[in-house]
Amino acid sequence: MKRTIALVGNPNSGKTSIFNELTGSTQYVGNWPGVTIEKKEGTLRKNKHIKLVDLPGVYSLSPYSPEEIVTRDYLVSKEVDLIVNIVDGTNLERNLYLTSQLMETGTPVIIALNMIDAVKRSGASIDSDKLSLLLGMPVIETSAVKGTGLENLVNTIADEHVTASKQFEYSPEVESALSGITALLPDAIAQHARRWHAIKLFERDQNVLIRMQLSDEVKNKIEHIIATTEASLDDTSEGIITNDRYFAISNIVSQCSIQAKIQGKLTSSDKIDKVVTNRWIAIPIFFVVMWGIYYIAIQGIGELTIGWMEWLFADFIGANIRLLLESAGTSAWLTNLVVEGLIGGVGSVLSFVPQMMILFFFLSLMEDSGYMARVAFIMDRVFRKFGLSGKSFIPMLIGTGCSVPAIMASRTIENLRDRRMTVMLVPFIPCGAKLPVFALLTASFFSGSAWVASSMYLIGIIMVIISGIVLKRTKAFAGESAPFVMELPSYHMPRIKQVAIHMWERSKMFIKKAGTIIALASVLIWIAQSIDWTFASADPSQSILASVGKILAPLFVPLGFGTWQATVAIITGLMAKETVVSTLQIVLGTNGADIIGLHDVFSPLSAYAFMIFILLAAPCIAAIGATYNEMKSKRWTFAAVLFQTSVAYIMALFVFQFGSLLIR
Amino acid sequence: MKNLSDIRPDETVIVIKVSGESSTMRRIMEMGITKGTAVTVKKIAPLGDPIEVTVRGYELTLRKSEASQVLVH
Repeated sequence: MKRTIALVGNPNSGKTSIFNELTGSTQYVGNWPGVTIEKKEGTLRKNKHIKLVDLPGVYSLSPYSPEEIVTRDYLVSKEVDLIVNIVDGTNLERNLYLTSQLMETGTPVIIALNMIDAVKRSGASIDSDKLSLLLGMPVIETSAVKGTGLENLVNTIADEHVTASKQFEYSPEVESALSGITALLPDAIAQHARRWHAIKLFERDQNVLIRMQLSDEVKNKIEHIIATTEASLDDTSEGIITNDRYFAISNIVSQCSIQAKIQGKLTSSDKIDKVVTNRWIAIPIFFVVMWGIYYIAIQGIGELTIGWMEWLFADFIGANIRLLLESAGTSAWLTNLVVEGLIGGVGSVLSFVPQMMILFFFLSLMEDSGYMARVAFIMDRVFRKFGLSGKSFIPMLIGTGCSVPAIMASRTIENLRDRRMTVMLVPFIPCGAKLPVFALLTASFFSGSAWVASSMYLIGIIMVIISGIVLKRTKAFAGESAPFVMELPSYHMPRIKQVAIHMWERSKMFIKKAGTIIALASVLIWIAQSIDWTFASADPSQSILASVGKILAPLFVPLGFGTWQATVAIITGLMAKETVVSTLQIVLGTNGADIIGLHDVFSPLSAYAFMIFILLAAPCIAAIGATYNEMKSKRWTFAAVLFQTSVAYIMALFVFQFGSLLIR
Repeated sequence: MKNLSDIRPDETVIVIKVSGESSTMRRIMEMGITKGTAVTVKKIAPLGDPIEVTVRGYELTLRKSEASQVLVH
């Protein structure tokens, strides 16, 4: 018989490392139904009959974030035979809070007491036998980093005799309330789940209450019990039970652990922290770090690798496939389709991959070392001004590279409203692919002036702020401002393996998109610009694409760029923003590096309005796809794209019309 | 009696009561700021908010608006 084991633990408890060690390469990554939370499954390396499910890292089982709801629903769903709770030994009390809630579910629990090496190094000690005795469940010391204790853990998992652990005994007032509520529960609720349901009802948990469909009479009786207990203890029911859990935990921890007491001596984590979050130099340090990362990723190595990748796709792969197809006697049209359309289109997107991987490498380094959390700490004050929290800053930062991983990074935000707003606003930050568009037009109309490109970053940031303030006033985003309660993990040396995995996972998805959606779109657009409606091969100006452009062009006349060429560039920009440049090249014709007809189509003012439109309008297909992945709703995705495009239209209109008045 | 938001860096206080029923206040309790717990204010962010505290042996950050709902002595 196949058994299912759930891995549960706090964020930063080393849960994912243990999961990787236990399952090896047999993982399957998917999504939980209906939500955008990753579901990872695998079978135990040494026993294929044991299925392991890696649940999201959570601090508690209260329905505070979508992750917690998923975890909780899964754990009480009877599918789970055993819970393996990964506990960070260096942070015992807070980690055991989750444990106390896991025990309440009535499912057997075993503890992997992780980071035991770090505990010993700090001079503290934990008596795991005593902990096991007091909690009434097996406790296995492990170190995922060093790989110790894992065999022991596997043997305990395989042992089918682990039974449901005992329950904490809470204060007499709470216990009497719980037994009162338990007596009122419907008989249909199984014996082992009765205490959990009673506790949830005591906490006035709305999710559970609605699902149980109790009669009004029972509801009133339960409410009376809760109100009486609250009055006698002068606290809310949630507060009472949280206190009781922590009280029981502190009691156990004090019996089986000796804390390292190093008074007055600063740990190296404290020393680093004193500098990077210093009152005066924290913000300057942050800007220097960011400037350094961008200088290396975009300017330094980036410029170099873009050159290489362009050579690889155009001169090497493209040229050789052209030779191959021509020698095989393929028609010129098909050869062009493959070489210019497919390889050219995919290549223009993939040429950003090395640069982006370097960017992701540094961002992963910031994350894994613990610095990213401090950045959110430093910047929260700024972000809350327009209704977001410091946690939204991280996606915005990643968005300067590419919106796709940035939108994915919004998952660290617990609050659904803030997550949605962050996803909607991230594309306003100029991503790496928009830079070639700005570079082209700035060189051609503003003699390469640096302020023009810089102004795009400024406009992007201002639009994020204004939109944040405005959206917060709409019904969909109204409510209390985004909460900011966050653990600041200790600094540690980044583990290269972790950083590499992180970097690769973010880049992988970008590459996957290039190979699927972008490849298809490239081919379609190339065909559309090379044939007319009779399907005969045609000049770009007579093509299907041009005629579509001519229909839509009047829309952009008030914005100053109502020509079919500019319109077509905007449409193809949906595929990937850098194709705006290649489209202008195709439809206007080139003379060496210069685009010949650029000045016939744009004036300096309309070129600037066009840049603003490209900056703010609907992002590329890949980013829209990522938006859909995170929103898990067609309506929200549509709303996001419509909002972005409307903002772009209004801003470009404003700039062009007012600019025209001023110039006149 | 004072609020946690009034405490200066490097001062250690004991929590008397956590008031408010918002989900944020509940999260603060779940993160370990409960009645009778010792909390040390470590520092205040460069722009004056949020604050960083040490509670139950780890570092937690929260805003002053929430800290002001934590009664301490």
